[in-house]
Amino acid sequence: MLEAMPTSAWYRRLVLGLLLAPALLWLFALIVLPHFDLALLSFRERVAPREYVASLAQYRNFFHEPLYWHVFVRTAIISAIATALTLLIAFPIAWIIAKLARGRTSALLFVVCLIPFWVSETVRTLGWMILLRESGVLPHLLAYLGLTDQPVELLYHNATILVGLVYTSLLFMVVPLVGSLESLDNALIEAAYDLGGKGWAILREIIIPHAAPGITAGCIVVFMLTLGNYLTPTLLGGKNSQWFTEQIYTQFITRFNWEQGAAFGFLLLALSTAMVWLGLKLSGQRFSDVMRRT
Amino acid sequence: MSSPATAGANAAPDLVARSVGKRFAAHVAVDDLSFSVARGSFFSILGPSGCGKTTLLRMIAGFIQPDAGDIAIGGRSMAGVAPNRRPVNMVFQQLALFPMMSVRQNVAFGLARRGVGRAERMRRADAMLERVSLGGAGGKRVDELSGGQRQRVAIARSLVLEPTLLLLDEPLGALDLKLREHMKIELKQLQAAFGTTFVYITHDQSEALVLSDHVGVMNRGRFEQLGTPQELYYSPATSFVAGFVGANNRLAGKAVAVNGSLVDVETADGWLIRARSHGAIAIGGKVEAFIRPEATTLGRAPGELPSGQQKHSGEVVSLLFDGANSAVLLKEQRSQFEFRIALPQTGAFADLQVGNHIHFSFDPEQAICFAAAGANA
Repeated sequence: MLEAMPTSAWYRRLVLGLLLAPALLWLFALIVLPHFDLALLSFRERVAPREYVASLAQYRNFFHEPLYWHVFVRTAIISAIATALTLLIAFPIAWIIAKLARGRTSALLFVVCLIPFWVSETVRTLGWMILLRESGVLPHLLAYLGLTDQPVELLYHNATILVGLVYTSLLFMVVPLVGSLESLDNALIEAAYDLGGKGWAILREIIIPHAAPGITAGCIVVFMLTLGNYLTPTLLGGKNSQWFTEQIYTQFITRFNWEQGAAFGFLLLALSTAMVWLGLKLSGQRFSDVMRRT
Repeated sequence: MSSPATAGANAAPDLVARSVGKRFAAHVAVDDLSFSVARGSFFSILGPSGCGKTTLLRMIAGFIQPDAGDIAIGGRSMAGVAPNRRPVNMVFQQLALFPMMSVRQNVAFGLARRGVGRAERMRRADAMLERVSLGGAGGKRVDELSGGQRQRVAIARSLVLEPTLLLLDEPLGALDLKLREHMKIELKQLQAAFGTTFVYITHDQSEALVLSDHVGVMNRGRFEQLGTPQELYYSPATSFVAGFVGANNRLAGKAVAVNGSLVDVETADGWLIRARSHGAIAIGGKVEAFIRPEATTLGRAPGELPSGQQKHSGEVVSLLFDGANSAVLLKEQRSQFEFRIALPQTGAFADLQVGNHIHFSFDPEQAICFAAAGANA
């Protein structure tokens, strides 16, 4: 029977198709189908109970209501800042893991970066709340040390949201950075040093260009995760967090306005797509190269 | 033609090492080494892997600090001077060209670090590329070049900075044989054209002999001998040099008679030969004798050999044809010792067959005998 198996291109394509089937099915059922339905939802308007007409009203609402605008831009800006901060903090960590630490130490450092992810995000964020709330550990410590007169509320600031976002994203930046830094030949750094380069020039001319795909990959992942994060901004920012995912949640769950929520969802998708495209353009990277690094 | 040795006498040396030492934990990599390299000369450090030559080179470049002693370059002590501030540049083993830059940017990199303006450094980079016959390649990417071209870019990248000293860390190691032969000649010509002092490290004795004005043969962190290639080849100072530089027949045995500068050596298998002694040799002491394959005369009959020389004979076990480097391996009749003899270029022995019985002799002045040191045995 085995000899009878056709080995034509058609047959090979069938096998490939069958192997990919679960992934394609998953992609279709859980991503494409709901998005298709959401797209339909976002383009209609309720004129009377159970009566809908096609309209751009949901998108018009977004542009006419300053609060929506404000939250949208704010989410984009804070996400961009969080991504930049994560890169700044992750780069030295990745450098130590990839270049300075050897063998076991390097593996150990990786595990240290991974450990926070063994705890659920909710518990991790609640941990921050225990540390930062007015009656929490850090405000009491500051008061005890005399740095503040009395315990101050450290929650519900933009900075608090940033701390939480950076903390959550760190690993996703460190991993692609370590990968791209490990592939950098040490002799290149020595050669640059030998030719008269100093630390900053070597970083700018040799290390960053080499690590660029890894940097871009990390930034894309972190930016997407941050933009779509719900729990951290909501818990650490409280009622004032004004995160765009929170607006979507409100429309769907509190106000039961699925049409508006769906439109917001698509706007967020457009925002993250635009930012990724911009990032790739600015760094001169190709999407396929970058994705290979993640 | 003034030899570099005399040139070194009136010009200040470019590199002076005084009692330089370096140890890693219990391992002594470089042991109390002193030498100087004359301005404009080609100096090679030749040694087997692990002899400390890379450590020595990296100390000159500044990547490693010596534990003891001092290195002076261009008459200035380099103690505490970082690699990026030394008048020294290095051509790395794998070249370490910057793949993210064009050829021109690679060459201009060092100039940019010195604050040379953009237009000026591009002009100088192009002029340098012209000098290494890579005139049109400035805009190319590094991976578009052949192995030999990359080599020249690596050298151009260093020489454009006009260093006092150019260090080369086995740069030909990664090339295939044919290209390596070609690059040897090219390196020598480049060095002559630029007049920069080259310090070259290699484990390949042929590279060292062909390229260098002076060679330091390094073993166990020390120089066994420092001299011209001719001195190393014809008058090795130690048995290590005799064995490492060029092909040699090594015979271990004991001295049975000492006659002025000549020693009679008897191998363990009972072969008796006569050789010139190097250093004091006591009767009955263990010795090592070395005879070059080309220092031996072949003859089909004892009468064809030069008179007055001790005559030996043996049976051909293998013919090693390699054009001008052809040789014959034979077993000496009495001791069955395997002995290598170069075939004369005349083609007189072109019809030699395995199994033939043949006679040979050598001038004892051309055979050299050392007292065997325990460490080198």
